Amino acid sequence: MTLIPPQAPLRRSRLQRLTLSRRQQTLWVIGLCSLFLLGIILSTWIIGDTGLNPILAQRNQSPSLDHPFGTDWLGRDMLSRSLHGMSLSLRVGLLAATISAFIGSSLGLAAGTLGGWVDAVITWIVDVFFSLPHLVLLILIAFAVGGGTTGVVVAVALTHWTSLARVIRAEVLQVNSSDYVQLSHRLGRSPLWIARHHMIPHIIPQLLVGLILLFPHAILHEAALSFIGIGLSPHIPAIGIILAESMRHLSTGYWWLGVMPGVLLLLAVKAFDWLGENLRDLLDPKTSQG
Amino acid sequence: MLNAENLWFRYGTHLPWTIQEKSMAVAPGDVIGIMAPSGFGKTTLAKLLAGYLNPAKGNVTLDDKPLPKRSYNPVQLVFQNPELAINPRWRIDRILREGHPPLLRHLDALGISSSWLTRYPHELSGGELQRVAIARVLNPQTRYLIADEMTAMLDANTQALIWQVVLNIARQQQMGLIIISHDARLLNRLCPKCLDLTHTHPSEPNLDEMLPTY
Repeated sequence: MTLIPPQAPLRRSRLQRLTLSRRQQTLWVIGLCSLFLLGIILSTWIIGDTGLNPILAQRNQSPSLDHPFGTDWLGRDMLSRSLHGMSLSLRVGLLAATISAFIGSSLGLAAGTLGGWVDAVITWIVDVFFSLPHLVLLILIAFAVGGGTTGVVVAVALTHWTSLARVIRAEVLQVNSSDYVQLSHRLGRSPLWIARHHMIPHIIPQLLVGLILLFPHAILHEAALSFIGIGLSPHIPAIGIILAESMRHLSTGYWWLGVMPGVLLLLAVKAFDWLGENLRDLLDPKTSQG
Repeated sequence: MLNAENLWFRYGTHLPWTIQEKSMAVAPGDVIGIMAPSGFGKTTLAKLLAGYLNPAKGNVTLDDKPLPKRSYNPVQLVFQNPELAINPRWRIDRILREGHPPLLRHLDALGISSSWLTRYPHELSGGELQRVAIARVLNPQTRYLIADEMTAMLDANTQALIWQVVLNIARQQQMGLIIISHDARLLNRLCPKCLDLTHTHPSEPNLDEMLPTY
């Protein structure tokens, strides 16, 4: 007669331990992702120029312990080239996404708080941007500015602010008309006090998450623009340029030239994605406590 | 004396009047009920009386002066849904202190335990949150309290507790109480005087009329 399995209490405690650590799990993911991305950005200074010089005796080597990403047709180490490229792409992406988030949040705040014709004009601009194909606009702006690093930064910054502006505008409108803000006015609180204590704490997390979720977009589009040749200069080892160069060698069996930098790009973009998602969980009081 | 004279209100210039020619007066210590089914402008009237909305015609005065716009309004409104009337990012302690801090004995009477104070709103139930929302405006500076379907979403026990406490405090502080509800039985038990919007409303609104025309 074993109606109650003896493992029952043990199993519950194990489950409890798992559920208790959700907040810690979130913190761990955030920490690891930040460390990974910071590592990529700082790697250029750590490894320096080693591996970027051509060593013709070591041409076209497949991945090994000496060269985890293999070597290219000039005998350069693909790992250091990819890290250099990724580091550059991340920095360009960070700059573009930050400018974009700044434009987006200021226009969103203006539309939400000022209302009237300001709101109408900003909403109209956002709608125009939404109706145009994303990538075409990106290419046109980058081309018009004259390509290069500035072209990429300007193009990405000018095309990516719209969704964040819409989110911020909607949040401002929603909080402004909410019962608790209306009540706060009747409790004798000044508009400035309400902005500081009700609005900003509500907007900041949205802004932060929006900014972080913008990074992968910015990085991917930087890589895309460089890939088709109107982004960063071909002399710079940007990730898009490395991928574009590798296209010529894929058919000859040198798969690692494209796959390894591609996987690195994918991991970096995904790391930003995880960072953003987990930060959102952490900042929302409904999910931060679990 | 809280006076509403000849109030007219509509939500847009092309929409039908929600409130037409409403007048009422509440003296300190009065308990007045307002009865009507949904769609008869109960909440609109409550918001007009508490200064959330401005009437198109007519005015609301408190002791012959208009309601204060910048400072603490002595006419306070308690909403039906406490979850919308409370900032979800604030702890209970901070929510209670947003206006004038409530008296400790009122917190005790409403059954708000000190362990709630450090929690977030989503960690409390609807009934517990509504008690917090009520305690927030039950301070001595509030002279008129408008309860807009205040206990409509609560169970009978919590309803009884809340009304007992609120009526007690209103009596002690000579606070005017306006109870808005669709529930005739509740109003009959609570209020000596009851205003029925269904009878005073000149034209009964129907849903077709409420929808904007394009």
